[in-house]
Amino acid sequence: MSVYDSLDSINEELHKCMKCGNCQAVCPIYKETRQEVGVARGKISLAEFILSGEAEMTEGMAERFSLCTTCMACNQNCPCGVRFDKIILAARAEAVRKKGLHPVKKIAFTALKMQRLFDFGMKTGSVFQGVALKHLPHKSDRLARMRFDIGIGTEKVFPMLAKRPLRSELPEVVKVKNPKMRVAFFTGCMINYFYTDIGKAVVEVLTENNIEVVIPRGQGCCGIPASVNGDTVSARALARRNLRAFERLGADALVVACSSGGTAWKHVFMELLENDPEFSALAKKWSEKSYDISEFLIHKVPFKKEGLGRVDRKVTYHDPCHLNRGQGINKEPREILKSIPGVELIEMKEPGRCCGMAGSFSLVHPDLSVKISDRKIADISQTQTNTVATGCPACRLQLQSGVENAGIQEQVMHTVQILAESYRAGKKGSK
Amino acid sequence: MLAREVVEELVQVLGRENVLTEQEDLLTYAYDATAALKHQKPDVVVSPISTEQVAEVVKIAQRHQVPIYPRGSGTNLSGGTVPIQGGIVLSMLNLNKILEFDQDNLTATVQPGVIIQTLNDEAAKHGLIYPPDPGTVTTATMGGSVSECSGGLRGLKYGVTKHYIMGLTIVLANGKVIRWGGKTVKNVTGYDLVALFTGAEGTLGIITEMIVKLIPAPETRKSVLGVFDNLDKAGNAIAAIIRNKIIPATLEIMDNVTIQTVEHFVHAGLPLTAEAVLLCEVDGYKEVVERESVLVERILKEEGAVEVKVAKNDQERDLLWLARRSALPALAQKRPTTVLEDATVPRSKIPEMLKIVRKVADKYNLQIATFGHAGDGNLHPTILTDVRDEDEMKRVHLAVDEIFHGAIALGGTLSGEHGIGVAKMDFLSLEFGEAGVEALKALKEALDPNYMLNPGKIVRRD
Ligand SMILES: Cc1cc2nc3c(=O)[nH]c(=O)nc-3n(C[C@H](O)[C@H](O)[C@H](O)COP(=O)(O)OP(=O)(O)OC[C@H]3O[C@@H](n4cnc5c(N)ncnc54)[C@H](O)[C@@H]3O)c2cc1C
Ligand code: SF4
Ligand code: SF4
Ligand code: SF4
Repeated sequence: MSVYDSLDSINEELHKCMKCGNCQAVCPIYKETRQEVGVARGKISLAEFILSGEAEMTEGMAERFSLCTTCMACNQNCPCGVRFDKIILAARAEAVRKKGLHPVKKIAFTALKMQRLFDFGMKTGSVFQGVALKHLPHKSDRLARMRFDIGIGTEKVFPMLAKRPLRSELPEVVKVKNPKMRVAFFTGCMINYFYTDIGKAVVEVLTENNIEVVIPRGQGCCGIPASVNGDTVSARALARRNLRAFERLGADALVVACSSGGTAWKHVFMELLENDPEFSALAKKWSEKSYDISEFLIHKVPFKKEGLGRVDRKVTYHDPCHLNRGQGINKEPREILKSIPGVELIEMKEPGRCCGMAGSFSLVHPDLSVKISDRKIADISQTQTNTVATGCPACRLQLQSGVENAGIQEQVMHTVQILAESYRAGKKGSK
Repeated sequence: MLAREVVEELVQVLGRENVLTEQEDLLTYAYDATAALKHQKPDVVVSPISTEQVAEVVKIAQRHQVPIYPRGSGTNLSGGTVPIQGGIVLSMLNLNKILEFDQDNLTATVQPGVIIQTLNDEAAKHGLIYPPDPGTVTTATMGGSVSECSGGLRGLKYGVTKHYIMGLTIVLANGKVIRWGGKTVKNVTGYDLVALFTGAEGTLGIITEMIVKLIPAPETRKSVLGVFDNLDKAGNAIAAIIRNKIIPATLEIMDNVTIQTVEHFVHAGLPLTAEAVLLCEVDGYKEVVERESVLVERILKEEGAVEVKVAKNDQERDLLWLARRSALPALAQKRPTTVLEDATVPRSKIPEMLKIVRKVADKYNLQIATFGHAGDGNLHPTILTDVRDEDEMKRVHLAVDEIFHGAIALGGTLSGEHGIGVAKMDFLSLEFGEAGVEALKALKEALDPNYMLNPGKIVRRD
């Protein structure tokens, strides 16, 4: 029985918790609120009370279960090996079953509004941007602040919507001469709509390594925002849609440059479709050949070092929670950065601490999200670097918003962008 | 149920955001780290930010005769924070400032909600340490650890919490505030209330500020591991080290059950067949550490260790300590419920105590692993069980009972560092007789006549 279908499925997981409180030491939410309900132990107890019948799944309960960035720091620090990531998913799915989409409704609604804004923006282009977003001057990125509050506050800085989404800008198959491999690229929404520069860098680096890239047009959102908030029905539909799209075009491997997208392809699709006769085998097959881009470039097809040009950057690297703890990928991006001539890697304090973005968490709890982010930005500014690299567009958004609001001159990029930059510099140099 | 006006008065003093009344929040204050204990939710949780606010809360509670349960991080292992009679949980976590570092007097003044590790990190910047280091240094509060008089790994050489508490600010049960002790090394003015309130588990007063002693950080350290095929030999080795006038910072023991579990967990190269391993760390000036580590190595061999390993570098050292630190986590993963006891005996009686535990485990057919602070005589017999198994839990209680009796018969004590709380209250007369229990009661009633502060802990009201 999967965590998406029943609260009972986590009974054993709950019993493993010995209430030692070790999770307090690492929980970003608890650090800010210092209330027991913020930490894993508190939410585990609530789930236990619900299962034992001592408490009910009220709207208030559902609200308490929304207090988690799903950063998995507690998983890692737990002496008993409690998989809190599973517990929170199960609790949220139960909340939706019992209480409908409230208060998750709020999130879904906001996301819907956002989605309509996107589509609207896509059609009307810069006109929309002028109306909704106030342009901000910044070194390299096109940034904007919400002019009016659509439920997420006006503090958050957004990247400007791309003129064209990545998937309509690039061909469905990017060919190279004598390809050594055919790789499918799952872009994810953020790269498709906002950070097309990351997507282009992925394609650039792959083709530079003689790899043919397929970007199935039929792909959609990974569904993590839905599954993580208990909307299992939508998450399943999205999983099937994506599997169909990629199966239709086929590839030797699949890469993502977004930490939740990676989690989705590697684990979540399989868990969601466990009992689906048609799709469970397909989910497993694709799971086995899914890679984060940095993982792919280090372990699957080691990227070529010749042709790397000099990139003068002082870089500090932020570990996205779902890449680091979720997929165990933290050495790979650093290895890539260190192999780029001219790049100096300076570690920040606690690079693995959550940035507070956590997808829709930052929409539902904007104040908390900003407080968590402030700690991160303070650590970053101490490194005296000029670039923050990370492995996830969602983190990039949060960090960018943070450095912008703090007024520090720091460029936020995906690791693969710096690698692409280096290949480009290499070509210039040799001309 | 609490009268509405109590909540309103609390809100007036503390502000709405510092008063929790919703069931969903209250339920998360119904427990602490104590295993197999009945939970009970409070009626309200308040988080004051000053001594004055604490005093106001106590006065409101007195007026309405509502019990107060002080709480730090809720990591104690004796039910010390469970609000067994409902009422007010007083969370001290928002009183979390380090107020002063005094390098001339080597003291720090801190509020009770400061996490021990936070104080240590700050002290390290000045080349100082605050030695008490319970397994929960990264989570436990100063107020909670002072109230439990927590020990830790370094107790043998550096002592425990009570040796580092120089002054306290306390809100009494009548709402009055007193300051006792201070930065002076010597102080015999009046009774030693600082000592009394340290380890009082929040039953006599509420600590809102403390002055703690800091000491210079040792220059270097070295770890030695001794493997024994026989418990008595391990016990003799402990005595021999001390007899040779070496006081290691840490002297830990793990029994066979622990070794087997830990080794599968971390692969530190511990021999699976060993009856016991001793893990010893000496620290101080480089020259002293060199001399003492060689001596420890020699003594362990002389006492019949089948193998002695000296950590050659930081990696080797870290691996050894990882093994020790993993003892509880590794054991905890074997069964859902982990009952951790801390009966303590004079260190010369360690082998006997270990044998008693073995016997009890066999008698009640339980899985008990023992590890702990051998140098302090402070063992942690850890019963691996499952609260859902009623029959087994009955045997667990009988086993705990017998372990307590055994420790006291050897001239030991019920608890070395985890406190009495509700969990061990019924065993007190075993240790100091009815007259002793009466004396405790007289003290309690002198300071808290209405049983307002953490009622139902340590002292039972007739
Ligand atoms: C895995 C694990 C390992 C542990 N290892 C050790 C160890 O090695 N050594 C050791 O000694 N202990 C150990 N403990 C026990 C526990 O961590 C310590 O007792 C710790 O110091 C308690 O701190 P706390 O902030 O959690 O206090 P809490 O549990 O919140 O409170 C403890 C007691 O103090 C009272 N109290 C709290 N704050 C105040 C205040 N400001 N004024 C008055 N009373 C107050 C409470 O009412 C309660 O009675 C361990 C516990 C666990 C779960
Ligand atoms: S660290 Fe793990 S076992 Fe301890 S309280 Fe948190 S979730 Fe439970
Ligand atoms: S996943 Fe992160 S935010 Fe959620 S409870 Fe664990 S540590 Fe806290
Ligand atoms: S994780 Fe976020 S950005 Fe990535 S695909 Fe999913 S929804 Fe889109």
